[in-house]
Order: sequence, then structure tokens, then C-alpha cells
Amino acid sequence: MMTTVLSEKMQSFLDGFPTPENSLQLAAYNRLIELDFPTTRDEYWKYTRVGKISNSKYTLPEKSIRDLSIEQYIVSDQFIVIENGLVRLDLSQFNSSEFNIDFKDAEGLSELADFNANLNNEDVFTQLNTAFFDEGIEITIDNKAVIEKKLQLIYVSNGDAVLANNRLFIHAGKSSKSSIVITQIGESGENCFNNLVTEVIVEDNAHFTIHKIQSDNDSNTQVATEQIAQGDNSTFKINTVTLNGLLVRNNINIAVNGQNCSTYMNGAVIGKNNQHVDNHTFVDHRVPNCYSNENYKYVLDGKSTGVFNGRVVVQKDAQVINAYQNNGNILLSDHASINSKPELEIYADDVKCSHGSTTGQLDEDALFYLQARGISKKNAKRILVSAFIGEVIESYEDETITELIQQLLEKEHGWTF
Amino acid sequence: MAGYTEEELAEELKNQEYKFGFVSEIESDKIPVGLSEEVVRIISAKKNEPEWLLDYRLKAFKIWEEMTEPEWAHVHYEKPKFQDISYFSAPKKQYESWDDVDPEMKATMDKLGISMDEQKKLTGVAVDFVMDSVSVATSFKEKLGELGIIFCSFSEAVHDHPELVQKYLGTVVPSSDNFYAALNSAVFSDGSFCYIPKGVRCPMELSTYFRINEAGTGQFERTLLVADKGSYVSYLEGCTAPQRDENQLHAAVVELIALDDAEIKYSTVQNWFPGDKDGKGGIYNFVTKRGICQTNSKISWTQVETGSAVTWKYPSCILKGDNSIGEFYSVAVTNNHQQADTGTKMIHLGKNTKSTVISKGISAGVSQNSYRGLIHIGKNATNARNFTQCDSLLMSDRCGAHTFPYIECNNNSAKLEHEATTSKIGEDQIFYCQQRGLTEEKAIGLIVNGYVKEVLNKLPMEFAVEAQKLLAISLENSVG
Amino acid sequence: MSKVLLDIKNLHAEIEDEGKQILKGLNLTVRAGEIHAIMGPNGAGKSTLASVVAGKDGYEVTEGSIEMDGKDLLELDPDERAKEGLFLAFQYPVEIPGVSNINFLRTAINEIKEYRKEDPVSAKDFMSMVREKSKLVELDAKLASRSVNEGFSGGEKKRNEIFQMAMLEPKVSFLDETDSGLDIDALRIVAAGVNKLKNENNAVVLITHYQRLLDYIIPDFVHVLADGKIVKTGDKNLALELEEKGYDWLTEEKAL
Repeated sequence: MMTTVLSEKMQSFLDGFPTPENSLQLAAYNRLIELDFPTTRDEYWKYTRVGKISNSKYTLPEKSIRDLSIEQYIVSDQFIVIENGLVRLDLSQFNSSEFNIDFKDAEGLSELADFNANLNNEDVFTQLNTAFFDEGIEITIDNKAVIEKKLQLIYVSNGDAVLANNRLFIHAGKSSKSSIVITQIGESGENCFNNLVTEVIVEDNAHFTIHKIQSDNDSNTQVATEQIAQGDNSTFKINTVTLNGLLVRNNINIAVNGQNCSTYMNGAVIGKNNQHVDNHTFVDHRVPNCYSNENYKYVLDGKSTGVFNGRVVVQKDAQVINAYQNNGNILLSDHASINSKPELEIYADDVKCSHGSTTGQLDEDALFYLQARGISKKNAKRILVSAFIGEVIESYEDETITELIQQLLEKEHGWTF
Repeated sequence: MAGYTEEELAEELKNQEYKFGFVSEIESDKIPVGLSEEVVRIISAKKNEPEWLLDYRLKAFKIWEEMTEPEWAHVHYEKPKFQDISYFSAPKKQYESWDDVDPEMKATMDKLGISMDEQKKLTGVAVDFVMDSVSVATSFKEKLGELGIIFCSFSEAVHDHPELVQKYLGTVVPSSDNFYAALNSAVFSDGSFCYIPKGVRCPMELSTYFRINEAGTGQFERTLLVADKGSYVSYLEGCTAPQRDENQLHAAVVELIALDDAEIKYSTVQNWFPGDKDGKGGIYNFVTKRGICQTNSKISWTQVETGSAVTWKYPSCILKGDNSIGEFYSVAVTNNHQQADTGTKMIHLGKNTKSTVISKGISAGVSQNSYRGLIHIGKNATNARNFTQCDSLLMSDRCGAHTFPYIECNNNSAKLEHEATTSKIGEDQIFYCQQRGLTEEKAIGLIVNGYVKEVLNKLPMEFAVEAQKLLAISLENSVG
Repeated sequence: MSKVLLDIKNLHAEIEDEGKQILKGLNLTVRAGEIHAIMGPNGAGKSTLASVVAGKDGYEVTEGSIEMDGKDLLELDPDERAKEGLFLAFQYPVEIPGVSNINFLRTAINEIKEYRKEDPVSAKDFMSMVREKSKLVELDAKLASRSVNEGFSGGEKKRNEIFQMAMLEPKVSFLDETDSGLDIDALRIVAAGVNKLKNENNAVVLITHYQRLLDYIIPDFVHVLADGKIVKTGDKNLALELEEKGYDWLTEEKAL
């Protein structure tokens, strides 16, 4: 429902931000002031409170030439560093021969077909991003290009209470095959809010993979929205590992527009302290003959909370769909909690859809077995946790990335597998 | 190749007639339409109720006025016009005993297949019959009385056992719980009351039949069932309504209280008029059913839902006491334009609490069938266990089957398992049966019966047979 | 000569959605008292033949005829074909959760009886029949009360198929790769069951890729099915020859 009354919360949130000038951003801004931040009364925000964000007073980022210690996070010789939503060409290294990379402002990006077209304009965070992003990145993969090397995007949050609106637009051309790595990390400072929007068009017969590793600072929050559109015979894969960050919300929305598509989503969450990690996925099967598979694992310690909301919709006449969802959760501490909502909405009949959700502890018998072989209880637990999230980590299929995950695990959680 | 097609099935299903769609010519005392404080007072006065109950109603009415109708369920329908409904309709004559019951009324019961004479003699099931808003006959009262079991209409209970009613009414479903519960609390007209004393094992199935007969009425009955410490009862509930073009509202509240070591088995076969094949008419079934379990107690809900145009119903258990057990077994069939959003809530509060949820949905025609279930594990619910299995079977390419589970776990010693599947009725299974000489109709009937068997097995014998017949009506005769 | 039970003439069939032709003019005549073996390389159309004869959805017969005991099978639904006396032992028997074997078979038998205008079997007679016939394939009587094929091992499923064949007493039985996935003991049991069921009034068609089964069930005729047609017919020695030489020589011979 449209509301004409400007929400006080939104008004104070936007207070001090400039009114955008170009038409794309102005439209988003105008939409934004009609909206309000979601509350737990909204079905898809039932378990996540955004007060931490909506009550904060953020500043918009400024270009910097500070040194950043990013060395340890680099997993590819092709990488772009983005600090608080602004590209740091001085720290980046890439050649445009394989991935075509362009840096554009809102005006430049808005000229592209399909840009901003699939986003939900009821969603506060995507509108916020559109209204205020400064430097967008456009990545184009040529038709038939098969690129072995991965392009890495290193998003760094730096400073105090900075609102970073990272914007990425990817066009994977017909019959191309490529993958990117998105690393979200924190340098110094606190209470930053990273608001990422990534749009991906996967053309017919293309294969495209996103590997995400999220490990921001303890007090930083982030909302990441990936909006995917798949063409005929395409394969899209997204892996997300979340290791740190105070409040992390991932929205993966996949519109399967083409037939014979495959879609894979894997996720692992290692939570501690008072972290809150919320993964929302939505696969919209609009056409027949497709396959989707989703597997999310949570290991929660301390007072951390996890949310999994996997939604699969099979639209009318989208026959012969196989869709699977799995969500497994282990609570390591007395104070951790998990909310799981695997949803199936089926409007066609020739389908095979299933989901499973399990919540429990580490297997006591296995724990004892390992201990009986001389392994300390602490290590035995780690081994079992590793085994539990192992299949998700394996889906990265890249040793360098796996090593980085190990490293971050060591740094944030004091252990590795 | 000649063969049975889904289109044929759909066609046949469409033409299924609702066999309980008759109207009985019974004179009734119906108050004018509309809802106001005045109407609430009239209802209370007509029933000659004590002050405390009138207060209870008025409070609930105030709460209801402040509330809005819920929107979250996966159903779409034209909202009932609450001022166009008559909130009280009772057969005019009052009956002293079963023998005085109007022959027309007896005939009605016969048609429903619940002739009390027969039931009395043969099956040993005690029956309370609620027509429109009023409980008209209760059988076996004396025999039960010997054991101290109270089984009577709600109105009688208010007069004869006010202390029990007052103590427990609204304790499980507060008036403020939801829109329809508030409405019911304000205007409920009758229903059943049951009390099983300490340590008593109720020797027979207790049963209530609900029927909406009058046009332009709603039915708002209230059931309150208290199983005192260490007692056991199995309770059955059946529902039918005449075939009418209008949508009639049924907003009931059922409260179950299982005290320490008690066990309640509550079974429902719901066959309210589902509307015709074009989706015209039918009952809006917006029901709040909930039980509370004290230490070591158990509540088991079993439901077979084949009727109603729109169903909104979540029989739930609050597992408050340690070691308590909640169960929910459900078969929900939707056809033509029916919509159902049904499931359960298992609220684990006590230690070592266990719950099991088995839900089997079957959708046909252009119907929408949703499972919505909450498993909540509270902070202190150490060693809680839940197993949930919800399966959906699709019989046409124009229907929908949806699964919306909510799993909330706040204790790390809990073990929770949820599994759901959605698929079409197996063509290879049908072919296999046919190859052994079964017609497609038989094959489908057999497969569907196998599919729901786990749930039907939980029903008492007489009910299981009835439920199977109901399923057969909607599915087995579906192929020509 | 004895009576013709099954007569397949110039059978052409394709996969409905794809329009891919699988059977391309197949002829087969089966008389009472005979055992036929149909062998052939993978993809020759062996299982398609069984499916088409049984009336499975998804295949279209574009030409030719199938008659059983003088009746046109192509006009009939799968269950009517079964009622006429056709039995197919499935290569992959289907699991039907919640439906007991007993209930399933009793429904089937009574439907067949009704179709033949015979009286239904009483529960008592039925149970003694179950006991007697389950011995035939050494099927644990407990399996009879379990859900159809659910949780059965591969061997149990195949024995259950032969048990059902025994119960339904068909005129013509197609055994589709019944030997696949069986160890030697199970194979012996299944074969012994089939041999006991075989008499001068019925017939068996074995569809198999290997000669192994034919050591236990001796065929009167061995047919080689390749590229949708029967390319060679012989006696049991042909099977031995195939075992030794493979199928290539036949297809090559045909090409010449």
C-alpha cells in the first residue's frame, strides 16, 4: 500500500543526505521516502530487526588514498578494491582483456538495458542503494568467452558509521563461462553499514558463479542483495560463507526465465557473540524443465542468531521442475538460536520439490568415538563442525579460496579445519 | 491410446455432489442480523447467562471491535460482512429428552448417518449434537455421570458447573488471541463441555456433531474439554452444512486442558459444504483450536479436512509441562475452488517435550492447499524433540500446494527434523496397479489411501471408516 | 499346433513427445505352452516392447497390431490388458507406500474375477492362496503384509513380481530383465518359480540381455531384437552363440 505520510524514521535516516540529481536516483529517492524500514511484522523480516541500521546516523563516503591492508585477502591476480563503495583503482590490478570492466556513475549505468529493471521497488535497501551509490561497476563477459581466472571484488569498509552503497552490474554473455569472488571485509573503524546490490543477467547457455566470503568487522552491518535473471540452458551458482559482521542479511533473488536451467545455492554461517546472520533466498521458477538445489548450514555459538528463509515458487505451467532445499543447523551454545523457514509454493503439478530442515547438536557418539581415539574434545568438536559445513566449503572448488576461508576462520573463530 | 487423463479426473471431481447439502425444515428462533453490544447482550439474555459470562462476552466484543481481520494466510476470499450475519439461531422447541426430539431433526441426523438410536445401541459412542448454534441432544449422559464425567452442552455446563467453566474458559485461547477467537468469545452460542475427573479413563468415545442449517447464520460454537490429572478421553467432532449459494461463517473455538498425566485424543472429520464446482457458496471455516499440556500429559489432534470453501485452522499444543507430548495428524483435501491454510503450532516450553507433526495435503481442481506450521522451542525447553513430515500430492495442473513451516529454536539441546515433499500422483504407480488389473479409478483410490494411511490409522475405528468414505467420495468415484 | 496367445504384427512404435521411432516393424507370434526369449543389445527396444504391449503411456503405436487370444490389445487400457491375461514383471517394480501387498493383490484379483464374471475369492481362500504361492518363490509371508515393494531388497522385489504372477495366473507373461540385479541363488529361485508356473495353456516371454537366465529357464525360441526389429530367430543354441560372439556380427550381417 502506498503511504503518503513520510515516516519519521526514514526522514531522520535521510537527514543530511543530498537529494540526488539524475532521474534514476531521484526516482529511487522519491520511492524511498514513501517507504519505511521493515519491521518484524513484515513476513520476510519476521526474525531480523533493522533498528541497528535505521536508528544510526551514517555519513556518505569520501574518496580516500589511505593504505589498506588487503594483501591477505587476495585470491586471484585479477582484483578490484572498493573502499566504502568507491573504487580504489590505485590498489586494484586487472586487465580488461577477459572481463570487460567499466566504472560508471548512475547516469552511465542507467543507459544500460536491464539495469535496475528486476529489482523490487518495495525494498528499502535496494532503493537506498540506487538513490545514493556513486560508483557502479559494470562487468561484461563476452559471448562464448570461457574465463578460467576468477575476478575478485574486494569490498572494504573503513571508518566510522559510513554508509557504503556498492553497486555491481554483471552481464554474462551467451555461452560464456566465468566466475567472480566477492570478499567483504572490514579495515578499521566501526558501525559501518555496507549496502550491496548486485544484478546479474545470465544469458542463454551461460555458466556464471559467484563465490562470496563475508567477514566484516564485529560492529559493522551489511545487507547484500543479489538479483539474478537466468536465460535458457544457463547455470547459475552462488556460494556464501559468512564468518563475521554484527548483522548480515543476504537476499538472493533468482528469476529463472529460461528453460533447462540449473541453479545452485550453498551457504555456511559460522556465528559467534551477538552476531545475527539472515539468509533469504528466493527461486522463482517461471518456466518448465528446470532444476534448483539449495544447501545452507549454520553453526552458531555464543549468543548468535541465525535465520534461514528459503523460498521456492513454481509458477503455473512451469512443469517438470525439480527443486530441493536443505537447511542444517547446529547450536553450540545455550544462548544461540536459529529460525528456519523453508517455503514451497507450487502452482504446477508435474514437480518434484522437497525440503528438509534439521536442528540439533553434534553427534555425541561421533564425538565420543573421536575422543576415544585420543582427540581432545575441543578438536573433536571442530572436526565434526568442519565435516558438517564441509560440503558447502567444497562447493567453492578452489583451493586458494578455501585457504582464505580457513585463514579467516582462524582469525575470527580461533580454529580451522 | 485410450487412457485416463488428469483432465478426466478434474472433470469428474468437479461434478462431485455434496451429499450432505440438504436443508432441514425445522422452525427456528433466529435473531435479526447484525452485531453490536446489544446483540451480545441479547444472546446472553436468551441463554439466561450469569453476569460473569456476559462480562466475558462484552470484554471480548470490545477487543474484537479494535481488531482487523488477519491477512497473512495464503487464502483469498471476500471478507464476511459481519453486520449481515445473524448471530443466534436455535431450533424453536426445547427438548427434555431424546424421545422428545422433533422427528424432522431425527431425520436430519439419520441423513448425516448419526442416528442416535443406533449410535446408542451399537457403537457406544456418546454424542452431543449441535445444530446451528444450539446443542440439541446429548446421549449417554447418565452412564457417563456414574463415572463423574460431565459431557453436556456448553449452556448446560454454564448453569450446572459454573465453577469449572469459569475456571478454564479462555485460559488456552484468550479472547485477544485473534480476530475470530475474539468474535467467538463475544457471540458464541453453544457448544460442548466435557470434564473427565481425576484418574478416570473415559470408557467410550465422546462425540459432537456440528451442523449449520439456517441460512444467513453463522455458527460460533465453543468447546471446552478438561482432562483432570491422570485421566484419558477420546473425543470426536464431525461437521456438515447444507448446500447454499452464500458463504456462511463458522468461527469456533476449542480449548483443551490436559492436566498432569492426562491424555486427550481429539479427532475431527470436517465436511462443511465446500461450495459448488464454480466456487459459489460454502463455509468459511475460521477456527481456533488449542490445547495446553501440563506435566507428563499428551494431546493428540487428528483431522481429516475435506470440506469448507475457505479453511483457516491450526490445532495447536502448548507443551507447558515437562515431558508433555503434542501430536498433530492431518489430511487436508481441497478440490474445485476450495482454499485451505491449515497446520499446527507446537510450542515447546517444558523440558523433554516431544511433538510429532504428520500432514498430508491433497489438492485437486483449481484449489489452493497450504500447510503452515510453527515449531517453537523456548529457552528452557531442554531436550525438546520434534519430527515434522508434510507431504503434498497434486492431482491437477491448476491447483496449488504450498508449505510454510516456521522453525524457531532457542535451546541448543533440541533435536528438530522437518521434511516436506511435493509431487504429482505417481504415474508409474498408477500404471503398475493397472498392469495388475486395477482400473485407474481404483488405482488412484488405493494410492491415495496408502498416502493418507498413517493419519487415518490415528482415528478411532468408526471415524476412520467415515473418513475413508469421504475421501472416496472426493477421489475414488472421480473417474468414470 | 497349439493356440496362438499373442500375435504381434509389423509393430511400429515411437516415443510420444520426441517422435523417436523405437520399434520398426516387429513381428512375434507366441503360442500356448511356449517360452520365448528376446535378446538384444542395449537400446534395441526390448523394454519398449514390453511397455508397448502392456499399454504404458508415452508411446505411440504408429503401425501394426497386437492381438491376444484374438482380441485387439491396442484398444484396451492397461488394466483391461491385464484382465485379458497379460502380465508384465517390471524391470524396476514400483514402490507404493501405505498400500499393503495383500490388499493390493486382493483388489486386483477380484477386479479380474469381476471382469471375467467369476465370483470373488473369499478372504480365507485368498489367504491360503497367498501362503501357497509365496512358497513358490520362497517369499517371506511377512513381506505380503508390507507395503507394495517398499523397503524390499532388489531380489525381494523381483521375487514379489513372480509371486504376483503366480497369484494372477496370466496367459502371457513378459519378464522384463527379471534376472538383472539378482545373485545366483535368487536367480535360481525366480527361475524355478517361473518353471513351475509354466504350463501348456500359458506362455512366457523373457526379455534379457544375458544368456545366464536361459540356463535355468530353457526357451523354445530365442529372438534377437536389434534396431527395432527381430533380426534373427533360433533355438536355445542361438543364445549360446550370442554369449560367445556378442551382437555385432548380427547387426553387421544385416548391414550386408
